[in-house]
Amino acid sequence: MSVASFNPVTAVLLIPIASAALLAVLPGYRLTARLNVVASLATFLSALSLFVIDRPHPGPYVLVDDLNIVFIVLNTFVGFTTSIFSASYIGHELETGRLTPVYLRFYHAMYQIMMFGMNLAFVSNNIGLMWVAVEIATLTTVLMVGIYRTHAALEAAWKYFILGSVGIAFALFGTILVYMAARPVVGEGQDGMVWTLLIQHAATFDPALLNVAFVFLFLGYGTKVGLAPLHAWLPDAHAEGPTPISAVLSGLLLNVALYALLRFKILLAANPAAIAPGPLMVTMGLVSLIFAAFMLYRRRDIKRLFAYSSIEHMGIIVFAFGMGGPLANFAGLLHMVMHSLTKSAIFFAVGHISQIKGTQRISRIRGLTVTHPALGWGLVVGVAAIAGLPPLGIFMSEFLVVSSTFARQPLLAIALVFGILLAFGALMMRLTSVAFGEPRGSTASAEASYVPMFAHLALVLGAGIYLPAPLVVWFQHVARLLG
Amino acid sequence: MHNLAFDISHTLAGGLVLISFMMLYQDRLYSLLNVFALHAVVLALSVAWQAYVQDAPHLYVTAVIALVFKAIVIPVGLHRIVKQLGIHRDIESAVGIGPTMLAGMGLVALSMVLMLRVTSEADPLAREDLAFALSVVLLGLLVMVTRRNAVSQVVGFMSLENGLVLAATGAKGMPLVVEISVAFSILIAFIVIGIFLFRIRERFDSVDVSALDDFRGERR
Repeated sequence: MSVASFNPVTAVLLIPIASAALLAVLPGYRLTARLNVVASLATFLSALSLFVIDRPHPGPYVLVDDLNIVFIVLNTFVGFTTSIFSASYIGHELETGRLTPVYLRFYHAMYQIMMFGMNLAFVSNNIGLMWVAVEIATLTTVLMVGIYRTHAALEAAWKYFILGSVGIAFALFGTILVYMAARPVVGEGQDGMVWTLLIQHAATFDPALLNVAFVFLFLGYGTKVGLAPLHAWLPDAHAEGPTPISAVLSGLLLNVALYALLRFKILLAANPAAIAPGPLMVTMGLVSLIFAAFMLYRRRDIKRLFAYSSIEHMGIIVFAFGMGGPLANFAGLLHMVMHSLTKSAIFFAVGHISQIKGTQRISRIRGLTVTHPALGWGLVVGVAAIAGLPPLGIFMSEFLVVSSTFARQPLLAIALVFGILLAFGALMMRLTSVAFGEPRGSTASAEASYVPMFAHLALVLGAGIYLPAPLVVWFQHVARLLG
Repeated sequence: MHNLAFDISHTLAGGLVLISFMMLYQDRLYSLLNVFALHAVVLALSVAWQAYVQDAPHLYVTAVIALVFKAIVIPVGLHRIVKQLGIHRDIESAVGIGPTMLAGMGLVALSMVLMLRVTSEADPLAREDLAFALSVVLLGLLVMVTRRNAVSQVVGFMSLENGLVLAATGAKGMPLVVEISVAFSILIAFIVIGIFLFRIRERFDSVDVSALDDFRGERR
């Protein structure tokens, strides 16, 4: 295939779906786990090539612009590293008998379909197609969360399914309302759902209809972002599913929903008569942050702890985008990328830890830095990053969020800082008990691949110390797009 | 003949709201499933009528999907599941019928006020359809909230989806992509649910969701 005819967008979608079909029929765990890694790598490389190859013109279905390319590359990268982690994690699950070979095949196929759904959501230029894609990604994760078939896993999956469906129903209703608002201006049929056309004409849409549409979209996609009080599914789903899925749920699926929300925010911002989406997002973001920060103190389950931490960080990100303006948007974008990398790295560590110790209870895990230095220190760095300690990347993005808020709304900044400090305290309290002190529980050595975890942490550290200038320019450009 | 077209589509959409109300007070699973089948039949009629009025033949496909899958296949499938599980006798509703009906009326009033106010610019046919559709969606939600039983939660969810289909067909000229996807999502949902029901049964000898609550991860 010559370079000119190579279409990265098609590749990003086709590779996952083709490998899903292949993985569903191939026997043998080692082969499928490797194939999963290879397919994810291929997807990541095609996503990267979007930077160098001329982008396809926005069609009725597909759009690649400066905004979503960031999301696509991040998505495929974390998808790739998680597949490496998954290969070393799942083998152990097979040995301990928590999963059977048949379920493993199902797991790998679902993993690729989920990647397909998420990539499709990012590249779709059609708000209907985007909705379908988010739905695909959600349903596959529902199945994965329930894969262990324990009481808790089934309950988590059921709760996730019901709440997720209600969310997605609201999102569809909002999508229909956007179409209704667009129809008198853009015209009937396909055109009324094409995002690039919608944004061109958004200024002349009926503002009342657009307002109601946004409320539904916000509730719908907001459920999937995990904003309080719509977050109820999130801790259960993260705690009970396989850990690679927790990593992609936190690191990627929340971003998918956030991306959908951002697209509609841009649409609303283009209409001067419509409500400003900012205050709504700021409020929900702040509520999520403070609520999650308080909840962190009472967690006894280590995966649940980090699930609440995801709610907290999604709160910060939504808050930043709600504030708007070039600086806050820049901070929000950076925070989103940093959170994805850090949180998935933490879940990589936590996955191996819970496998070694045979438990997820925090009280039964002690002294990790003594018994498992690589895992223990990896977790220490990860938690330090997620808590916002310098010089790691999240410190920088949180600092930017706080300082941009201080410049404009000092009172809000106080609430923000309060939430961040509260969460910081909880995370540090848990970290000291888990990482240091007298070792407790099994000290068996881990058969783990540390590459993904340390790669992520290195990126986070690197970003905290020095952000390359082209990246900064790019993010600034995207931040301006976000309004 | 504009008025007749208008009246018929309103009658059908209003009928859907009414049947949603009927779902709220069914206290046996079989009868709930029957009412749901009726809901789907009325939805199919309504969609078919929209297809005729808007001269949009692709909507007939949606109507047929609604009729075949939602009015026949899914209710029959659920009937069999209910029979196999031996749970046909009752529905454990979390809230009494009186408060539920009152809440339902409140929701319908809310959606009427909301949608009629914001869509004053839109064409009248779509406008009131949308208000009815939102009522059906919210009533479906209410069914899900007030029932404890997994099967009746599923029925509530599907009636909610019916409301979405009604809204999508009421929006004139909306592309086929979405309608098929709606139908498809219900199908997938059904598969998911089917799997889950059997797994739950396998594990708990019950499909009462409250039995699951005892195993909440962090209960001490």
